Amino acid sequence: MDLTELHGIAEREHLRRKAIRIHCCTSLGCYASGALELQQRLEAAVIAAGRTDTVEVVGVGCIGFCGHGPLVSVEPTGLLFERVTPDQAPEIVAALDGGPCTAQRGDPQHPFFARQMLVVRRNGGRIDPERIEEYIAADGYQALYDVLHDLSPAEVIETITRSGLRGRGGAGYPTGLKWATVAKSKGDPQGAPRKFVVCNGDEGDPGAFMDRSILESDPHLVLEGMSIAAYAVGATQGYLYVRGEYPLAIQRLTKAISQARKHGLLGSQIFDTAFDFKVEIRVGAGAFVCGEETALIASIEGRRGQPRPRPPYPAERGLWGCPTLINNVETFANIAPIISRGADWYATIGTPKSRGTKVFALAGKIRNTGLIEVPMGVTLREIVEELGGGTADGSPVKAVQTGGPSGGCIPAASFATTTVDYESLAAAGSIMGSGGMVVMDAATSMVEIARFYMEFCMDESCGKCVPCRVGTVQMHRLLDQICAGTATAAEVVELEALCQLVRETSLCGLGQSAPNPVLSTLRYFRHEYEARLCDPAQTEEAP
Amino acid sequence: MQTKRGKRMALPSPQAERVAPVGDSRLKLLEATMKRHQYRADALIEVLHKGQELFGYLSPALLTLIARSLRLPPSRVYGVATFYHFFALAPQGEHTCTVCLGTACYVKGGAALLAELEQATALRAGTTSADGRLSLLTARCLGACGIAPAVVIDGAVTGHATSAIVQGKLREWFD
Repeated sequence: MDLTELHGIAEREHLRRKAIRIHCCTSLGCYASGALELQQRLEAAVIAAGRTDTVEVVGVGCIGFCGHGPLVSVEPTGLLFERVTPDQAPEIVAALDGGPCTAQRGDPQHPFFARQMLVVRRNGGRIDPERIEEYIAADGYQALYDVLHDLSPAEVIETITRSGLRGRGGAGYPTGLKWATVAKSKGDPQGAPRKFVVCNGDEGDPGAFMDRSILESDPHLVLEGMSIAAYAVGATQGYLYVRGEYPLAIQRLTKAISQARKHGLLGSQIFDTAFDFKVEIRVGAGAFVCGEETALIASIEGRRGQPRPRPPYPAERGLWGCPTLINNVETFANIAPIISRGADWYATIGTPKSRGTKVFALAGKIRNTGLIEVPMGVTLREIVEELGGGTADGSPVKAVQTGGPSGGCIPAASFATTTVDYESLAAAGSIMGSGGMVVMDAATSMVEIARFYMEFCMDESCGKCVPCRVGTVQMHRLLDQICAGTATAAEVVELEALCQLVRETSLCGLGQSAPNPVLSTLRYFRHEYEARLCDPAQTEEAP
Repeated sequence: MQTKRGKRMALPSPQAERVAPVGDSRLKLLEATMKRHQYRADALIEVLHKGQELFGYLSPALLTLIARSLRLPPSRVYGVATFYHFFALAPQGEHTCTVCLGTACYVKGGAALLAELEQATALRAGTTSADGRLSLLTARCLGACGIAPAVVIDGAVTGHATSAIVQGKLREWFD
């Protein structure tokens, strides 16, 4: 593969395309709502209407408006249809010529779409994730070519550092710094200097589905980002760790890897250079703790997913004791755009400390559920009210939960002043996390939500360290008592003390952050806890 | 933890029933998977995935077979198999109904839906009916939050699920 071939593929793809493309979303949300049958019916309808010369039906990645699926969009006219049934397929084809159509029309200028800024998701809903040609026609693998031919590994790292990109897995560690550490590490002390690149696709947070959507909609974007990272740090082997709960993502990634290999974009001598890089998929088996990097390494090595103390960090001693770069799916998806459009462009997006865009999964009691990508620094009010449209029945939003079991609940009163960036969310008692946002209204009890997360952490605790293994059980028991109305103020004091203890003494992030949902709900919704307490005086009086 | 290669482990003699009759094609497929991974210990989770896919669950005999093939102590294989939620150590029902209990589904009434299904099927979550026809299971999060609450019925995800929709599907099987 060389540049002429790459451009040839893109050119052939542009020539092959028909003037009108009917995009049918085939990502999980729409898939579950019957998108496959719809796609077949649309194809049949195009043939029946005799339009095959100018119209084609393409199964594309996530359009984003998951709650209104199955979605169909038409290029280049920009028509959008929501909640389409297979029977409406002929009408949609007729509507291309202005025919009558009963399918629900969506508004592409709706704030849900218009307020977004697409960097990572720019190809989502526009290309067929199962065909590498479509990705190449959208300038795919051009960044990898440029990197391999024009930049030294140090220059790549310098570009990523200058862009200000921070890890999208939740902690927000500067990506350039991590890459530089792995690049500097000496490699396997015993033998050949081996290094690894690992993509963390173990999106275990309940309520988050950004990584699933990226992997399903644009798998090559992630592979390209991993390849560039491997070149920068000097790795030749990569692992893509994906949750077992995401069969569609695994299927599309497997296909993408084999296509990339066939085209010489993975494997030996990529783009006729000395750079070799292979990628293997490792399927997770359902353990939340495997999102923690040392537990993830243990899992790739075929062991129980139990974390170990850091340092040494995986950047120095990771997979099989070798320096290992671990980044989240969305972090890798940011790499190719940064290389193609420049670090300076990327650094203009977002806030001074949190650059770029972030993908959020909006779910729960909200009118517009789905995926959004916004610049860092927008307020929660804009996300929930303008993009999300408030609650479906117009009742007031009570709180939004960010960061899953490691995050916290932010009350509606703080929405206008809380911006989405790493520092501001931490100050509000939550975390950025991987990007799940679950909106709650008055029907959701905050004490019960705290118990829900604690039950999750209790189940998912790996059992290695005592504070987490025992502490989560104790905290869950106390929350159970509060929910049942048998607790007194003394139990709440005990709960808070336990929260501090578990937070300060647990081995890994799971335990250290497990108290967050409790602490944040206590901070903002203490009255809900107090309303459930029983009066100690009454208990004493009772016989 | 690490087993030394080439050293023969003292394994508990598998007096238990065989995994499958000799020549069963599933055994050949499992063997092929292990061979593709060069019987490496780090492929254990991949092999367990394949074993469960082929046999439906991981029986003690199957775990012993895998331990022996990968030259790992059975304790380690058992430890890994029990650590991860995905692996089932008991046979699953002929049909499965998995209710998602992720946050979005919870907020949208997933827990109440599960309670209704538990009552309707007279099964507790995580168990299989005595006749082996139905397993009622729960999932952590399917990532189908946009269409919450979600239920997986025999592998197919149903969004915006209600007790009536799910029970309708169950009746299709059993009536």
